[in-house]
Amino acid sequence: MSKTKRKRKTSKKKVRADGRKVNEIRPTTIETGIIPNADGSAYIEMGNNKIIAGVYGPREMHPKRLSKPHMGVLRVRYHMAPFSVSPRRSPAPSRRDREIGMVMVDALSPALFLERYPRSVIDVYVEIIQADGGTRCAAVNAAAVALVDAGIPMKDLVAACAAGKMDGEIVLDLGDTEDKEGEADVPLAYMPKLDQVTLLQMDGILTAKETMKAIEMAIEGSKQVYEIQREALKKKYGMTEEESGEEETSEEAPEDAPEEKEEEQ
Amino acid sequence: MSAKFETRDIVIPGDLIYEGKIRTGDNTYREEENLYATRVGLVNYGKDRVTVIALEAGFIPLVGDLVIGEVRDIELGQWKVDIGADKNAILTVNDAINKPFRSFLDMTRILDVGDTIVAKIVDLDRSRTAILSILGRELGRVHEGFIINITPSKIPRLIGKKGSMINMILRETRCQVTIGQNGRVLIHGRNRSDEELVVKVINKVNAEAHTSGLTSRIQEYLKKIKEEKK
Repeated sequence: MSKTKRKRKTSKKKVRADGRKVNEIRPTTIETGIIPNADGSAYIEMGNNKIIAGVYGPREMHPKRLSKPHMGVLRVRYHMAPFSVSPRRSPAPSRRDREIGMVMVDALSPALFLERYPRSVIDVYVEIIQADGGTRCAAVNAAAVALVDAGIPMKDLVAACAAGKMDGEIVLDLGDTEDKEGEADVPLAYMPKLDQVTLLQMDGILTAKETMKAIEMAIEGSKQVYEIQREALKKKYGMTEEESGEEETSEEAPEDAPEEKEEEQ
Repeated sequence: MSAKFETRDIVIPGDLIYEGKIRTGDNTYREEENLYATRVGLVNYGKDRVTVIALEAGFIPLVGDLVIGEVRDIELGQWKVDIGADKNAILTVNDAINKPFRSFLDMTRILDVGDTIVAKIVDLDRSRTAILSILGRELGRVHEGFIINITPSKIPRLIGKKGSMINMILRETRCQVTIGQNGRVLIHGRNRSDEELVVKVINKVNAEAHTSGLTSRIQEYLKKIKEEKK
């Protein structure tokens, strides 16, 4: 047993079940602005995870008694579609859904200026279309992009990625089977520019050393996700980057606005 | 003391845009003498401050803004009006008919739930709730026309330099347009097809607000549609 273990550790290029390297995240694509009805939205595919996030607000909170007089409230609804997993899952919100919703609030709110929106609420709805392990990380990634798309001021983006232990080895971004058969799973959310961790959970058993390695690896993974998030946000305004060099002077003139409105025929 | 981007570069929340002492403009925040962006937008390095022109932003009410809103609720002596901000705005009877509220007054005869109004923000209360007034020229209930929503931060672009964009659209289509600072635009033309043309054009402005040479491009676009109709 120990012999095989040592062998695996020395070979850095060991491939996993889906052909990934130990420190490689799953192929990830993010799209923004996919729900016109919402103030902001994003769609993420992270491996076989397919997740839609929609953001509404800041808006008036109902029921009113839940609002706070001195700051805004962030609400996250995490929900898995009945067909997102096999066998079918009950569509009723479960204990797990509520927990992940709460965990996502804690992961995202450090990046927001909630004190700017007293008595209001920002609603984030996350729908898991297809689940393939690590949905909470993928959901945080989509929700962060959707929040930016909604024009909500943020200190930084939030990128999330998990690391875990599989066959005695620390690996990055576990898939569904790795998650279930592996020894441990450490989901982590991270604000790359501020260098702050906003979510850290652990499921399973790791030694102190392994935990530190998993955290470092997950942070590296989050940074990779962050680059994809950046690209997704810039892609929406694709023309800007090429044209930015030859721009004429800005036509923005907000102070002119009130007078101009009166000019009607 | 150094800029980290070029003016008009696209930035994303959390991007370090300036190192050193400088005043914070719109959509930026400071932490330990570093300036970061808070919204997606185009960075602008001014003389004494750095701003980010937001590409996506909600409506932040300011005193003096002309807004288009919908009456959502009637309370004792006041209406609650949805203006697309984080909280419903308040319109008191006093600011609606210039007379104090009396208990025998039937408020639904003045404004009812579901009515659309053009109003002016006259004040903000301590939690930044907008206080409206419909006393004034061209304010009050809207009877007919189209209302479309665009991103509030793109309103200056729709107006253009000294109204160049909107005046061009008005000239070409002969419609009346009232632009609310909250991103709602009321269009009233002589017939439906004129109005639909304006809707099309304004949606195009909204989608391409961050590109250069927009006014002339919109003018060509308008001419093209008009010729197709003939």
